[in-house]
Amino acid sequence: MSTTANTPSTALPTSAVRRASGVHPAWRYGRPALVLLIAGLAVGVPLWLVAVTSAKPQAEAITPNLDLPRQWQPGSNYEDAVSQGEMLRGFLNSLLVVVPSVALVLILGAGAAWVFARRKSKLVSAAYALCISGLLLPPAVITIVMELRQLGLAGTRPGMIAVYTGMYLSTSIFFMTGFIRAIPVELEEAARMDGATPQRIFRQIILPLLRPVIATATIMVMLYAWSDIFYAFFVLGGGEKATLPLNLYKVASAQLYLNNWHLVFAYVVVMSLPMVAIFLVAQRKIVSGITSGAVK
Amino acid sequence: MADTAIRTRTQKPAPAKGRGRKVGRLPRAAVHHPWWFALPAIAVFAAFFLVPNLLNFYYPFTNWSSYHPDIAFTGLDNFKTIADDGSLLRAIRTTLVYALLAAVFQNGFGLLLALLLEADSRFNRFFRAVFFLPVLISALATGYVFQALLNQDGAVNGLLGTNIPWLGSTTWTLVLVTVIHGWKWMGLSMLIYLAGLKGIPGEMLEAAKCDGAGPWRTFWSVRWPMLAPALTFNVTTALIGSMNTFDIVQATTGGGPAASTEVFNIYMFRIFGQGLYAQASAMSLVLFLVVVAVAIPLVIGLRRREQLL
Repeated sequence: MSTTANTPSTALPTSAVRRASGVHPAWRYGRPALVLLIAGLAVGVPLWLVAVTSAKPQAEAITPNLDLPRQWQPGSNYEDAVSQGEMLRGFLNSLLVVVPSVALVLILGAGAAWVFARRKSKLVSAAYALCISGLLLPPAVITIVMELRQLGLAGTRPGMIAVYTGMYLSTSIFFMTGFIRAIPVELEEAARMDGATPQRIFRQIILPLLRPVIATATIMVMLYAWSDIFYAFFVLGGGEKATLPLNLYKVASAQLYLNNWHLVFAYVVVMSLPMVAIFLVAQRKIVSGITSGAVK
Repeated sequence: MADTAIRTRTQKPAPAKGRGRKVGRLPRAAVHHPWWFALPAIAVFAAFFLVPNLLNFYYPFTNWSSYHPDIAFTGLDNFKTIADDGSLLRAIRTTLVYALLAAVFQNGFGLLLALLLEADSRFNRFFRAVFFLPVLISALATGYVFQALLNQDGAVNGLLGTNIPWLGSTTWTLVLVTVIHGWKWMGLSMLIYLAGLKGIPGEMLEAAKCDGAGPWRTFWSVRWPMLAPALTFNVTTALIGSMNTFDIVQATTGGGPAASTEVFNIYMFRIFGQGLYAQASAMSLVLFLVVVAVAIPLVIGLRRREQLL
């Protein structure tokens, strides 16, 4: 296996060094084998099931199994998911809700985090504590519906955006405040000496420095909002404005589609690909952002 | 400090005005980091998170439903209803068991993967990404994938040649669903444990080795205590997050069999669908109180543990 060449212990030339680094020889080969086994069983099997089933004709997919399709028809399955499952509209609806929510969470969150990180008073601490309470407290989904109805926002995209923004602001404020506290105040002071206004300092110093944490917050909020179905059920319901997860739910539970695993999995693939693509593009930033924010 | 608070409060009604101009009269902080940067966030958060949670302390005590044109105060009727039909205790018990098991599995899997993939090699980096994939797939989709795997005529029974009703047991299905929950989120826990492991100073591990500690001893005496902050974060988010679970349960069992996996959110969803809004709101209030009752001692306890270790 070429993979063993990548393990760190092979980088150490002599057996003496290897013994000193404490790597047992059985572990040296056992570990990569174990990793491969776990990855194959835990991640490989489910993903394989999704991939092959989404390419099968309905008759083969009624009892989902890991066999290769006897007849490949991914094209027509994805076409059916688009035409019968209204995938394109769902995709657009999801984008129209998720993108503004993420943008609002980031912009509003960054502004608040700046104030919370830099000012010190009892009022500021209290406001900060209140604003991050959403990290722990559950959103009151039933009365959100009540409130949105009274505001005339029930079943609308602005209503959904407001709910997502309210739900995820705590996360972004928490991570960003911690991050800004680590930025030296001197940077701001120097700019202030040169006559920069607070807006300018915020836009030209704070926001650019926040880039790593913004990358993380973007992916996390996007991930939650993109896959959310619970709150979308209550606020948007089905119909015209249904997002992708709502459509998937409809496809999976409608009598018409009963046992239509091939369509369900075509849907799962299309729904997951954007998130996987974003992760692959921004992988390093996301990973470092998640880890640095959490352990502080 | 105290007068800063008072002055900024009086400044709030006309926040945009006088910024920079009245420098002499305002505290420096108010000029350099004006409140109005924070106000939009506070306003949205208050309007769409705090206010609904406050309303949630009123509507459970009314008869708000799709059957009445108006809303009247009815006292504890809704709570009596859900207590008498057994759904209250069942939802509390199911949700707590779910949260506990999901946290155990998510952290167990995550820590195991972190220890396996600790060294920074290309092989490990690739497999870290592989194990992060489930985090990227929506929970609803995850649920359907496992339904297809675990159905009685599904892939797992086909592979093993068995005929086990994996999703049909009133005892074990709940456990299985929490394993799926752990599977979905293990990648996130893994990343955080990896960061924790990376934060352990190399000299500390060297010192342990010089003192003759084997891998087990090093783990329990050095690494595990040093992982305390990562553990705090992971356990808290896993416990609290899984009390809010919906998608995975809905997609695999829909709350069944015989309501044995009916957590709070599944119940609310079902009852809301029947038009009994106030009753659903009552359950939502109970969820709120349960989360608070779990979260506060948990955070305090874990923080204290960090300081002790």
